[in-house]
Amino acid sequence: MAERLKVHVDPDKCQGHARCKALAPELFELDEYGNAHEVGDGTVPPGLEDKAWLAKSNCPEIAIDVIEE
Amino acid sequence: MSDVSQPAAHPPVTDWVNDFDHTDPQWTEDPFPIWEELRAASPLVHTERFLGCYMPTTYEAVREIANDTEHFSSRRIIVRDVRPEVARNAAPPITSDPPVHKPAKQLLLPPFTPDAMKKLEPRMRAICNELIDGFIADGRVDAAARYSKYIPVRAIAHMLGIPESDSDLFITWIHMILELGIKDETKLLQAVQEMSAYFRTHIEERRSKPTDDLISYLMNAKDKEGQPLEESHVLGSLRLLLIAGIDTTWSAIGSSLWHLARTPVDRERLIAEPELIPTAVEELLRAYSPVTMAREVVKETTVSGCPVKAGNMVLLSFPAANRDPKMFPDADKVVIDRRENRHAAFGLGIHRCVGSNLARMEMQVALEEWLKRIPDFALDPAGTVTWSQGTVRGPRQLPFLLGKAM
Repeated sequence: MAERLKVHVDPDKCQGHARCKALAPELFELDEYGNAHEVGDGTVPPGLEDKAWLAKSNCPEIAIDVIEE
Repeated sequence: MSDVSQPAAHPPVTDWVNDFDHTDPQWTEDPFPIWEELRAASPLVHTERFLGCYMPTTYEAVREIANDTEHFSSRRIIVRDVRPEVARNAAPPITSDPPVHKPAKQLLLPPFTPDAMKKLEPRMRAICNELIDGFIADGRVDAAARYSKYIPVRAIAHMLGIPESDSDLFITWIHMILELGIKDETKLLQAVQEMSAYFRTHIEERRSKPTDDLISYLMNAKDKEGQPLEESHVLGSLRLLLIAGIDTTWSAIGSSLWHLARTPVDRERLIAEPELIPTAVEELLRAYSPVTMAREVVKETTVSGCPVKAGNMVLLSFPAANRDPKMFPDADKVVIDRRENRHAAFGLGIHRCVGSNLARMEMQVALEEWLKRIPDFALDPAGTVTWSQGTVRGPRQLPFLLGKAM
């Protein structure tokens, strides 16, 4: 069985570069200021695991965690 | 003649590690080997020039400073020969520190979200095509003077609600502030005064006839106490948007085209796979980051183990950070499909560029429209590429031959 992933944006670190939203729009949303948070509870639907890791590895503020459950 | 307003000549640099100078012609022409030499010497170097200035040379040291607003103030953000009094040219939020910074920044963020930029995109495509129409039949063009320069200036004019036809005026002010102003304060002050007068006229017009643009948006904005912003705040922010939005993206688009002119393999790949352009834009931003910022040390501390003394400036080179091989494999190569790219072209920490989404959209559209209409181009061997000096680096003269080589 494939592992389940969850993404989480640390709101204190996020500065609104919006890279996660550009790379994984299914997993991240932006607020009115352009700062990011995870969609729903952050659960990564099957098939989007690569996008989760890609978003994490492109965040300049190291604000994204990918948690393996 | 001894005239105090004359810019001081800087002696040429012979010892980069102990006496660096980002206005030296060698730095302007090709800074990359210099940064490599400085990085090999220390994560933090110092020069006595500019009344004392440090430069972090690694990505990590740049991040440390960008995230440390306690010891490093943004009240002065350009490394210059002089240190004029602080309040005079304040342009919140870029010149603000916590706690003043956050509300000033939040005010500017909503008009610059990716969704807001999408609405601007059709106008940007039209601007790019109008510019291309103006020179494509000539078979040659200075792409900096006729293309990359006018894309951001027209975009920000459009957003502010001021005539796109005033573009050359804005470009003159920016040159006076960011290039001439490093060594000649009178030029800087003159430009600031002229800009303020220009914007006052536009503010006045909107008092009787409100508009749907950024000037009206700022005039109607309220501070956290619910009060309208002071005029000095509105003017400072408008000056900032105009200055910050123009020669930065002009430089980024110019450097990108310069790279593609010299690298047919990357050009052909982007034409074959246009969906790769957003990824390529990030890599071009990394490799040719235009913007170097500054901080002022306000409290003694250490950076990457090196002592730092108050009263010095810091040349905060995001471009140098983005060439750090510890952070980026093959840092000196443009890897057009680089997947992992935490580049710092728009800064790190609370001062992340408010216009980053605008700049990205402009670069993407500028490259897409150019490559659609001009798939083949090369540097004109009869011409010379020149680069801007100082705080923002990009080609100011970019002679191309258009079409397939004979």
